Amino acid sequence: MSAENARQPDSPAPPERPPLYGLVAEFESPQDLIDAARRAREQGYQKMDAYTPYPIHELTQALALPRTKLPIMVFIGGALGAGTALLMQWFATVVHYPINVGGRPLASWPSYIPITFELTVLFAAGATVLGMLGLNGLPMPYHPIFNAPRFALASRDRFFLCIEAKDPMFELEKTSRFLATLGARVVSEVDE
Amino acid sequence: MSDRRESRYVPVIQPGHTFASVTDKISSIVLSRRTPRFWVVGFGIGFALTLGMLYAIGVLFFRGIGVWGVNQPVGWGFAIVNFVWWIGIGHAGTLISAILLLLRQEWRTSINRFAEAMTLFAVAQAGLYPILHLGRPWLAYWLLPYPNTMALWPQWRSPLVWDVFAVSTYATVSLLFWYVGLIPDLATLRDRARKKTAQIIYGMLAMGWRGSAMHWHRYEMAYLLLAGIATPLVVSVHTVVSFDFTIGIIPGWHSTIFPPYFVAGAIYGGFAMVLTIAIPLRSLYHLEDFVTLRHLRNMAKILLATGLIVGYGYMIEIFMSWYSGSPYEKYMTWNRMTGPYWPAFWGLMLCNIVTPQFLWFRAIRSSPLGLWIIALIVNVGMWLERFVIVVTSLHRDFLPSSWGMYFPTKFDWMTYVGTIGFFVALFFLFIRFLPMISIFEMRTLVPEAELAPADAERKEQ
Repeated sequence: MSAENARQPDSPAPPERPPLYGLVAEFESPQDLIDAARRAREQGYQKMDAYTPYPIHELTQALALPRTKLPIMVFIGGALGAGTALLMQWFATVVHYPINVGGRPLASWPSYIPITFELTVLFAAGATVLGMLGLNGLPMPYHPIFNAPRFALASRDRFFLCIEAKDPMFELEKTSRFLATLGARVVSEVDE
Repeated sequence: MSDRRESRYVPVIQPGHTFASVTDKISSIVLSRRTPRFWVVGFGIGFALTLGMLYAIGVLFFRGIGVWGVNQPVGWGFAIVNFVWWIGIGHAGTLISAILLLLRQEWRTSINRFAEAMTLFAVAQAGLYPILHLGRPWLAYWLLPYPNTMALWPQWRSPLVWDVFAVSTYATVSLLFWYVGLIPDLATLRDRARKKTAQIIYGMLAMGWRGSAMHWHRYEMAYLLLAGIATPLVVSVHTVVSFDFTIGIIPGWHSTIFPPYFVAGAIYGGFAMVLTIAIPLRSLYHLEDFVTLRHLRNMAKILLATGLIVGYGYMIEIFMSWYSGSPYEKYMTWNRMTGPYWPAFWGLMLCNIVTPQFLWFRAIRSSPLGLWIIALIVNVGMWLERFVIVVTSLHRDFLPSSWGMYFPTKFDWMTYVGTIGFFVALFFLFIRFLPMISIFEMRTLVPEAELAPADAERKEQ
C-alpha cells in the first residue's frame, strides 16, 4: 500500500507538464475493486471509472452506471431494416416494374417476408455493433488512462479504479490518501 | 485411459488456472515467434489445395460451365450440394455462440471463438459456389437490387433471391459477431505483443479498447442483443436454403418437412465439423485444460440429438412419399433406394443414422479418437444427404424421356476438395494470428473471478 507519486515535489518540474487526468489505483482481485468502487461512491465521488480484464456485473451497481440506450437503437435499426425491405419490394413490384403473373395481386406481401426478415436482422445487427462502438466512443486512438503505470495488465489480471481530476470532490492529497486506504496495491497520478 | 470412468463430472476448465495463466497460455500461441511444424504442414496442404481450386475456377471461367458435370436434367450438381453442405456447417458456430449463450451454457466459452471462425470460413466457401454456378460469374452483382439502365429488379418472389439475402446477411452478422467478440482479446494481444508491428496492428484492430466498466456494460448488452438477433437468423438461413428446394415442384423436393430437418441437419453437420476441428486442435496445442472432456461429451450429445431429428426427417420423407399416393413421389423414393445412385442413399443411412447410435455409450462419448472418427463419418454423411437430395430428385422426374445421369468431372472434384483446402488454410491462418479461445470469457471461469457471497446474492436478484 504505497502511494507512488510520479510527481516528485522537490525535483524540478518539467515546464510543459500536461494537466492531471486523475488518480489510478491498482487492485489485485475483482472483490477489492468492487469494494473500493462502492466505498468511493459512498464517499461521494462521481467521476470515476473502473478498468477490468473481463466484464463484472457487480460494478454496474457499485459504480451506479446508467442504463444504456443500446436496446432502443437496435430496435430502431431493426424497424428501419423492415421498412426498407418492404418499401423496396413493394415499389419494385407495384410501382416501378409491375408484371401480372397469372392474375395474382401485384403486392404479394407473403413472398416479401423472407427478405424483410433478413434485412431487419441485418440492420439491427449493424445498429448493435455501430451503436455499441459509437456510445463507447470507439475507435479512440488516444486515452489518458493508458499513461497509467502497468495499465497493460488491465487486459490480463489487474483491476484499476480511476477517480478523475474533474470530479468535484477531487483533491490530490486527500483522494490519494483515500485510495491508499482501500487496499490498492499502487496509487499513481495519470496525466491527460 | 483409466480415468474415463472415474467421474461423471468433468469441469469446463481444469483447476489451478488463474487470470494470468489463462491469458498467457492462449495469447502465447499467437504471440510466440516459433511457428510449429504441424502448422506449416497443415497450412501448406490447405494452400496447395487452394491453388488447385483456383486452377479449376480459372478453367471454369475460361471454358465455361461445361467443364462441370452439370447437364439437363441435373442442372444443380456439385455446386449446390457443396453450397448447402458448407452453409450447414456454419450453423453450429452460430448455435454455439448465440443460442448456447442465451441458454447460459458456460461450457460454450472455450469453443465459441473457433466455432465462429469456422462459421465464417464455411460461409465463405458456401458463397463461392452459387456465384461460380452462375455461368457468367462476373455478373454476380445482378443478384442485388441496384439502379440499372434496364430498370430490372431481382425477382422478389423467388427463393433463390431470398437465399442471396439470407446468406449475405448471415455472412455479415457472423463477421460482426466474431469481431465484436474479438475486440477485448485484441486489446490483450496489443498489450502483450513485444514487436512494434504486432502492437500497431492489434492496436488498430482493438480500436482503443481499455476495459472500462461502462464499456463492458454496453459491450455485454450488445453481445446479448447480437445473440438474440443471430438466433432466429440461423434458423431462418437454412430454412431459406431449404426453400430453394421445397418451392420447386420436383418430387423429393416439394415437402414441408424440409425447413425443420434442414436446420437440424445443419446443426448436426456443423457440430460434426466442430468436433473434427476441436479434437486435433486441443491435442496439438495442448489445450486439454480448456477444451475438456466435458465439452466433447456435450457436443457428442448434441450430435446424437440432432442426428435423431435428422433420422426422423428421413423417415417422414419416406413415409410421406408413400402416403401422398403420388406415383412420382413413390418412384422417387424407390429410385433413391434401388436406382443407379443407391450407394449414395445407403451410405447416407449408414453414416447419418447408424453411426451416431454409438454415441449412446459414454465410453465412446469420452474417447476423443472415437468421437473424431464418428464426426468425420457424419461429415461425409451430411454431404451424401445433399447429394441424394439434389441429384436423385433431378435426374429422374416426371417424364422418362427427359431422364439422365449426373457424373462429376475432375473439375468438380478439384473445386470441392479445393474449398476444403481453402477452409483449412484460412483456419490455420486464424489460429496463428488470432486467439482461438476467447480469453476474456475464460477469465470469468477461473476461481479467482468468484466474488464474496454478498455480491453473489446481489447478482441473483
